Amino acid sequence: MLRLERRKEASRSMLYATPFLAVLLTMAAGIVLFALIGKDPLRAISIIFFQPLTSVYGVTELLVKATPLVLIAVGLSLGFRAGIWNIGAEGQYTMGALAGGAVALAFYDQPGLWLLPLMCVAGAAGGAAWAAIPAFLKTRFNANEILVSLMLTYVAGLILSVMVFGPLRDPEGLSFPESRLFHDSARLPVLISGTRAHVGILVALVAVLLTAFVLARHRFGLVIRVLGAAPAAARFAGFSETATVWTCLLVSGALSGLAGLFEASGTLGQLVPALPVGYGFTAIIVAFLGRLHPVGILAAGLLLGLTYIGGEGAQIAMSLPSAVTSVFQGMLLFFLLAMDVLVNYRIRLGSRPAAAIAAEAE
Amino acid sequence: MDLVVNILIGIVIAATPLVFAAIGELVVEKAGVLNLGVEGMMIMGAVAGFATRIETGSPWLALVAAMAAGAIMAALFGLLTLTLLSNQVASGLALTLFGLGLAALLGQAYSGMSAPAFPRLSIPGLSTLPVIGPLLFGHDLLVYLSVALVAGVVWFLGRTRAGLILRAVGENHDAAHQLGYPVVLIRYLALMFGGAAAGLGGAYLSLVQSPIWVEKMTAGRGWIALALVVFAAWRPWRALAGAYLFGGITILQLHSQAFGLKIEAQYMNMLPYLATILVLVVISSDRRRLQSNAPASLGKPFYAAS
Repeated sequence: MLRLERRKEASRSMLYATPFLAVLLTMAAGIVLFALIGKDPLRAISIIFFQPLTSVYGVTELLVKATPLVLIAVGLSLGFRAGIWNIGAEGQYTMGALAGGAVALAFYDQPGLWLLPLMCVAGAAGGAAWAAIPAFLKTRFNANEILVSLMLTYVAGLILSVMVFGPLRDPEGLSFPESRLFHDSARLPVLISGTRAHVGILVALVAVLLTAFVLARHRFGLVIRVLGAAPAAARFAGFSETATVWTCLLVSGALSGLAGLFEASGTLGQLVPALPVGYGFTAIIVAFLGRLHPVGILAAGLLLGLTYIGGEGAQIAMSLPSAVTSVFQGMLLFFLLAMDVLVNYRIRLGSRPAAAIAAEAE
Repeated sequence: MDLVVNILIGIVIAATPLVFAAIGELVVEKAGVLNLGVEGMMIMGAVAGFATRIETGSPWLALVAAMAAGAIMAALFGLLTLTLLSNQVASGLALTLFGLGLAALLGQAYSGMSAPAFPRLSIPGLSTLPVIGPLLFGHDLLVYLSVALVAGVVWFLGRTRAGLILRAVGENHDAAHQLGYPVVLIRYLALMFGGAAAGLGGAYLSLVQSPIWVEKMTAGRGWIALALVVFAAWRPWRALAGAYLFGGITILQLHSQAFGLKIEAQYMNMLPYLATILVLVVISSDRRRLQSNAPASLGKPFYAAS
């Protein structure tokens, strides 16, 4: 008989080993899955996980995909540590792209060096404003932030659609519902010419470093840890729950909005209805896989970016459906959560030792 | 008059998937488990039901397949949260993300196909009556099943010993465990009931409401069902009423043109989501009442120390 025994302290080695185990298990499950649907499993795994790394184009595209994932996940991880569940990052990303993109289009005829910074501010503000709604409703009316932020994601997608079909539509565009291409001065500078690798990548790195610093050195890092682990203790220590909810949601909203703006201004160069592609949801997986730590999130963001690029490659090379990517991402989170048991519990064989029962009885 | 009858029928059709999903989740939460994966279980029910309907031609096998798909997903959630004791919020999200992806993968072969019409109730003499006929005796059979399911849950939770035990597990799992009740087993069963119900709700979408398969066709209904449980203060009949209220809001958007409203469709499409937020705000603002209604062990992990 297998049996779980609670550890006195969470195992640190398991905490860091389990994400790797989860990745290996996901690959193994992927091999079974591909065999079941009649595709060459090893070829599929190699196309998804290794092929993108063999070309400059693949690597730069990987960075382009990892950027929004890391930016969003770093913000989400703050709230997740404190037990504040913003799962509407996708909506905040959309509103950031819309706000920043609208600025780019409004000043289409007056380009200048000031334009891009203004767009970034608008993007971050758009995302933060969208996240402020669940923050306000949670702190003022006790409304569940999970459901509110998620509902707002659908609303954001519809607002983007209204705008791109209406006021922001390309005046010279034919029947396509999309904005016109941004002016060059509204495009994020490219790091490596000939690729789509934009300076947003550097911003994501800065966000990682800043968050790591705040978590390690600033009082706020302590507040969210205590609030997540022991809300009553946090209140007793005089930490304000209201302020923490606001901070976590505004920061993650702003970072998500910035990620959305980078996508519009760096990767696409215009606003289209299909702008939200699920980065906000995948970032939740990234945050957990990275163990809610900025450096872990950086690594996890690169790995999940890889599944996007590899998934696209597998679509083309092996005519696999695009959903393969989301299945992989879902499995990864499943395995990771399942492995969490190893962090907090020990697996024991056989029935309980008499000594333990005696110790508990005392 | 015809317009009114059509609108009322439309409300029933829009509400029924929500009734299934919400009543299932209500039982799960009464047992003390918070499964945020309703959306993932619904979409798996939708694709399993649709594929079975196309492959076998049988609407009944399709329903069985949808329930099985939802229940399997729920069992997976149980494995994570009940056996392996992982975080319920994160596991629920994982279930939704995984379900949406897997359903898209499985459903790829069926996209663009349409399913034959679902059998309707037909009682000679009654179903053909004007107004009353179509409103009371002319729906598809799942509508009646959904109402019967709510009545069954009311009876089960309020009038049976098993229902009492389930509620006890949800209120205080440690006490229930001390009394010798198998907490984990009861929660697995509740979860699988909830999964089967969510699967039926999903199948209603792909077999009755719009009998085609489209990726992500649940469009947030699983999440709305979760909000309905809070709205209903964990009372089954109120969940049914809430679902019909939402059905009404959904139908408003379809008929807004008929009322002469000149407004972009997107704004009308926002209504169900905005209404969900509004409802949550109204219900949650009274903290004390919300807490007294919610099962006390809701969302807390259970580890049998002895």
